[in-house]
Amino acid sequence: MKLTLRVWRQKNADADGAMSTYEVDDVSPDMSFLEMLDTLNEELILKGEDPVAFDHDCREGICGACSLVINGDAHGPERTTTCQLHMRSFQDGDTIDIEPWRAAAFPVIKDLVVDRSAFDRIIQAGGYITAPTGSAPEAHATPVPKPDADLAFEHAECIGCGACVAACPNGAAMLFTSAKINHLNVLPQGAPERETRVLDMVAQMDEEGFGGCTLAGECATACPKGIPLTSITGMNKEWLRATRKAGKR
Amino acid sequence: MTSYTDYTTGDPVADTKAPAGPVHERWDKRRFEAKLVNPANRRKHTVIVVGTGLAGGSAGATLAEQGYHVVQFCYQDSPRRAHSIAAQGGINAAKNYRNDGDSVHRLFYDTVKGGDFRARESNVHRLAQISVEIIDQCVAQGVPFAREYGGLLDTRSFGGVQVSRTFYARGQTGQQLLLGAYQALSRQIAAGNVEMHPRTEMLDLIVVDGRARGIVARDLITGKISTYFADAVVLATGGYGNVFYLSTNAMNSNATAVWRAHRRGAYFANPCFTQIHPTCIPRTGDHQSKLTLMSESLRNDGRIWVPRAKGDTRPPAQIPEDERDYYLERVYPSFGNLVPRDIASRAAKNVCDEGRGVGPGGQGVYLDFADAIRRMGREAVEAKYGNLFDMYQRITDEDPYEVPMRIYPAVHYTMGGLWVDYDLQTTVPGLFAIGEANFSDHGANRLGASALMQGLADGYFVLPATLNDYLGRNPKLDEVTGEHPAVQEVLAETEDRLNLLLSVDGDRTPDSFHRELGELMWEFCGMARSDSGLRKALERIPQIREEFWRRIKVPGTGEEFNQSLEKANRVVDYLELAELMCLDALHRTESCGGHFREESQTPDGEAARKDDEFSYAAAWEFTATGEAPTLHKEDLVFEYVHPTQRSYA
Amino acid sequence: MARSVWDSTVGKKAVMAVSGLIMLLYLVVHMIGNLKIFFGAGEFNHYAHWLRTVGEPFMHYEWTLWVVRVVLVLAVVAHAVSAYQLSRRDIKARPTKYVHKKARASYATRTMRWGGIILALFIVWHLLDLTTGTVHSGGFESGKPYQNVVDTFSTWYGNTIYIVAMLAVGLHVRHGFWSAAQTLGAGSRTRDRALKTTANALALLLTAGFLAVPVGVMTGVVS
Repeated sequence: MKLTLRVWRQKNADADGAMSTYEVDDVSPDMSFLEMLDTLNEELILKGEDPVAFDHDCREGICGACSLVINGDAHGPERTTTCQLHMRSFQDGDTIDIEPWRAAAFPVIKDLVVDRSAFDRIIQAGGYITAPTGSAPEAHATPVPKPDADLAFEHAECIGCGACVAACPNGAAMLFTSAKINHLNVLPQGAPERETRVLDMVAQMDEEGFGGCTLAGECATACPKGIPLTSITGMNKEWLRATRKAGKR
Repeated sequence: MTSYTDYTTGDPVADTKAPAGPVHERWDKRRFEAKLVNPANRRKHTVIVVGTGLAGGSAGATLAEQGYHVVQFCYQDSPRRAHSIAAQGGINAAKNYRNDGDSVHRLFYDTVKGGDFRARESNVHRLAQISVEIIDQCVAQGVPFAREYGGLLDTRSFGGVQVSRTFYARGQTGQQLLLGAYQALSRQIAAGNVEMHPRTEMLDLIVVDGRARGIVARDLITGKISTYFADAVVLATGGYGNVFYLSTNAMNSNATAVWRAHRRGAYFANPCFTQIHPTCIPRTGDHQSKLTLMSESLRNDGRIWVPRAKGDTRPPAQIPEDERDYYLERVYPSFGNLVPRDIASRAAKNVCDEGRGVGPGGQGVYLDFADAIRRMGREAVEAKYGNLFDMYQRITDEDPYEVPMRIYPAVHYTMGGLWVDYDLQTTVPGLFAIGEANFSDHGANRLGASALMQGLADGYFVLPATLNDYLGRNPKLDEVTGEHPAVQEVLAETEDRLNLLLSVDGDRTPDSFHRELGELMWEFCGMARSDSGLRKALERIPQIREEFWRRIKVPGTGEEFNQSLEKANRVVDYLELAELMCLDALHRTESCGGHFREESQTPDGEAARKDDEFSYAAAWEFTATGEAPTLHKEDLVFEYVHPTQRSYA
Repeated sequence: MARSVWDSTVGKKAVMAVSGLIMLLYLVVHMIGNLKIFFGAGEFNHYAHWLRTVGEPFMHYEWTLWVVRVVLVLAVVAHAVSAYQLSRRDIKARPTKYVHKKARASYATRTMRWGGIILALFIVWHLLDLTTGTVHSGGFESGKPYQNVVDTFSTWYGNTIYIVAMLAVGLHVRHGFWSAAQTLGAGSRTRDRALKTTANALALLLTAGFLAVPVGVMTGVVS
């Protein structure tokens, strides 16, 4: 396959960026999207040009590092991560636009690499269960009903890639934040910190400059792990409940 | 200059930390004898932890909880992305929830045997003991393990064992355990107990007066090289499987931290013990950048086969039952498809070498779920393995519910690593290595679902106890500053190396060298090794290294985000480590676990160990680049699990 | 607590949801009341008069109506201010647009924002037209709502403004009702379909019910 790529190039956080056009030949349909970019970069290095910077690591769809907006879609046309997208999803002769995640809370570092540390700070605000090492009771002391365990797992699958933010017209991090809140709040182990968790995490999310939710649903469509939009509903419910309880104290 | 292969044998090295006495009492005894640090004084100690995977993340969180000032690093943009996240299958623990005869002793026994009697008994026993606490700890953190309808934890069985002791969270156990550790770490970051440096890569170790006192690290965004000082340094930087270029490791997983530590005095043990995982998706072409693992748990229900006849290119559905060879079930009737990884991998290689492999290039075998779908129904198979099947289909564009999967072995894990004693301390005082970065618990072959167990055991439970002892015994180390000549020297070396990489301006990319090295290693130091092959590799590696420094091309500068520079610098270390791996493989003329020497096999083609000659861990001491290292042997004593030829028939 | 609700994106959205539901309830009542126009001037005008006497003798003349008006004004203000502030925040959170545009990406959001602005303008016109009579086309008489309505829908612009606004109401309610349910945490996977159906039904019912009046006037059923 022969493709034309239009790639966002930006030297660093302070520089202005622009789309640059590249031609790539000999693309195999079995290549992953990132392998196609590898090929381009090998050529660029040999020509003495700066290769395209992009985040990637496990290339198995689980680490959440890869983060490209391809033809306007976070992670491209398939419901998967960029690293698991294969070139067979494109046609010979296609022009493909590649851009970084766009959000005020995710500033560009270089080219297609953005700073997602805001996500870490949201987790730091309360996305955990306080269980100091060594203090744990026997694992079977608290049975967890299977439906609850399954629900927790479904939300815990979030890989923190940020596609939800990239796809959201408001640059909101609701789906990311709600996934963690639902994961921990549904479990009996998470109950003691249930209220503080949701209040603190939502406050941090706002603090980071993410937008609000208009329930456009783009986040859930883009999510490579299929975290459902109802996750946000669950978070809202938890937040209102926690606010009511806090008001009574 | 002596030839690299003319290594000398130095004094034996021994673990002096494990107490004597019955194996099951040693850990208690060690903890009791260990010096403690007064909680009020812990704040005054700084500990550097490099890496945020299962081992590093859990260690950082626990040390910070105890009150130490932790300074932690990872090259990823977030500690949550460490490659532990990709572990699929599960984590072992001797809970015996199934009442199927499991016990700490059985897990200990299975691990020593599975490691082909090349692991240290004291360490393995401790691991089995701690396994039980790990599950409790993770459940308390909210790790959503699979559960049964009664609300209790579910388990499954894994290769190499006959009990069901593997706890799992669908096919994403590593992810869930890592997120548990990451969340515990996040709590400590928020509390100000951990100073986290993401996108910062360790480039060298600072040793002052014989003790590890800090690291040199590069901020990957600005390119700034800085020094960080501490009272102890913990390496939790994972394995070195990426020496092979194609492996199931993450693209940026690398050996720089351990290799630089080795160059600064830490012995490197059993570098040739690499694990080739039997169930990976075969490569599709030259563009392949990495290999993807399919969880070993698939072997619970999938049946592995190849056509009986050579060169049978019919589609699998057209090959009748009696013309198929379910070779694992045939050769190993009692374990069948669940034989340990090394055996399953080698068997696959053998049938492919015979010309009976399937798929492009004949480098694959079938993993067939037709029987399982008939027996359990498609829905049950989907519930159990759905996400793995989806992943397979995404990568290969084939539907595994309809056509059997094609799998082939790939480099997955490295049992070798920095030599550590019972306290997980390397030969450099104050330098600790935990998780895959050390060599300690898996011998020559790691059992499935044991890596997660070891990483968390080291990080949550072992290191926090033993590091106390080191700091308790060295309460007032002299302060180190940037002006110290030893620091200046390391810093200058690091800067010189990066500048040199940038200045060669040759005509080959870092990846092209990495790929060349990887292909060489896979051919000669992969699934089967021979004297002549290893010698060929040992001749070629210095040539590649020489060419590297002549022809490498790294665009850009060091003062910016420069992924080519990161890559090139990692390849520098692979080019040296590869040589040691080959030498270790050459010197160990026995076959054991993942290390198969063609010269040492039983008449029916199984690995033949030579216990009288090689019942030791080989700990190598660095001398100079390209110069013969010194071998220090640690004799392995088996008081409880007596070496036998492993039999899974 | 009020502070923390108002300061949070989630809280402010809840304010929008509650105020939106209040207005929705009002719209349903309003729409049903409107339909009385098909029973003739007598019944319609009587109904309009009754609205001022609700709650008597406990309430004085028009007290109830004023209570309703105050609640409605508060709801409109809370809804609009929240919407404005949240929209500002949203736009700020996504300062750079993608070069490769996707039409669908912000469909619901855009409809809600534009729809909201249209409705706000409509309410002003509607009050000036039929409550105060300031911009009324005919000879406005406060005790004769039947005639006032007929007058309004006898002009082309009266009809156009009203029809556009009622379509906006439909679209706004369609996303808004479902959205409010999510915001207040009432949505769930099992309930999602029922909520969406209810939202669609409400939207359709309101639009059709409200549009029945101008259509009635235009077709001469109401005159």
